[in-house]
Amino acid sequence: MKIESSKGFAFLKKLDEVANKKRNYIVKSEAETDPRYGFYPFERPVDVYISYGLIPLDKPPGPTSHEVVAWIKKMFGVSKAGHGGTLEPKP
Amino acid sequence: MPVALENATRVIGLLMHSYKEYVALMELHDVVDRDKLVEVMKTFVGKIYQRPPLRSSVKRSLRIKEIYSIDLLEFENRHVLFKVRCESGTYIRKLCHDIGLLLGVEAHMRELRRTMVAHIREDLPIVTMHDVSEALYLLNRYKDDTLIRKVVLPGEYIVAHLPRILIRDSAVDAIAHGAQLAAPGVVAVSDDLKKGERVAIFTLKGELVAIGKSAMDLEEVLKSEKGVVVNIERVVMQPNVYPSLWKKSKKEQAI
Repeated sequence: MKIESSKGFAFLKKLDEVANKKRNYIVKSEAETDPRYGFYPFERPVDVYISYGLIPLDKPPGPTSHEVVAWIKKMFGVSKAGHGGTLEPKP
Repeated sequence: MPVALENATRVIGLLMHSYKEYVALMELHDVVDRDKLVEVMKTFVGKIYQRPPLRSSVKRSLRIKEIYSIDLLEFENRHVLFKVRCESGTYIRKLCHDIGLLLGVEAHMRELRRTMVAHIREDLPIVTMHDVSEALYLLNRYKDDTLIRKVVLPGEYIVAHLPRILIRDSAVDAIAHGAQLAAPGVVAVSDDLKKGERVAIFTLKGELVAIGKSAMDLEEVLKSEKGVVVNIERVVMQPNVYPSLWKKSKKEQAI
């Protein structure tokens, strides 16, 4: 099967849409992926899915980003979590 | 606020230094003409000098920041609602102050909302803490994962803005163990790849393996049969998910 018609490639095209980018892919050499290893991102078993996850969170006003991340960590029972930046401190 | 879990945490820092989009409410201290306001705001597009404000979390030395665009959304009496796209680390409070100075009436920032971090919109379908809590309840109590799969997105979304290289299965585990990406592992490349710039490495299933800086330009990547293509900065893929063919070949060589 050609890469461009594979399920993995369809997911990457979806990411292009998310980033609003038009990209062309140049195939250097065709190859196939073995279904025995890894997972298609949306087909990961739920624990694996969570361990590679991103939450577009609506941060409640009041608590700091740091506090919110600590809550999320506890709720999911994960060892690590991080956020992508905060607004400047409120005067 | 994008929150990354476990393995995805390794790349979330990328967003912190990417461009931002805000909607700000500025209050002018006197009336001004709309045309004059628009004209003054336009002069702030491009590279500007900015000294961080008194209350700031960085050293207060004059620095250069780039404003990519400013759009006036609403203007009523002395209130100005505008959208600004700018480089990470630009102080909008200071921008408002400086616009006020140039207008000659002075101004200050009343409110600020961030609407985008890099390509990730913050004002659209967004998840609340309650959604997260409910999804986890359904998962833990009833083993129902439909909601959690909507609340949580694959971490690959974080790097959607980066150029990409797709690699073969046999190259994945070497990178997961800390190796650089070598030319034979490359299957396909996106045409926005640039030498010296950041690139995301994916499996053929669409899993993020790592991010790094490209050591080659597009043409070199396509024609090279050996050599390092990407110097890895961060590895996301766990080791031993893909077979470690590189280990085996070493052993075979030893025999």
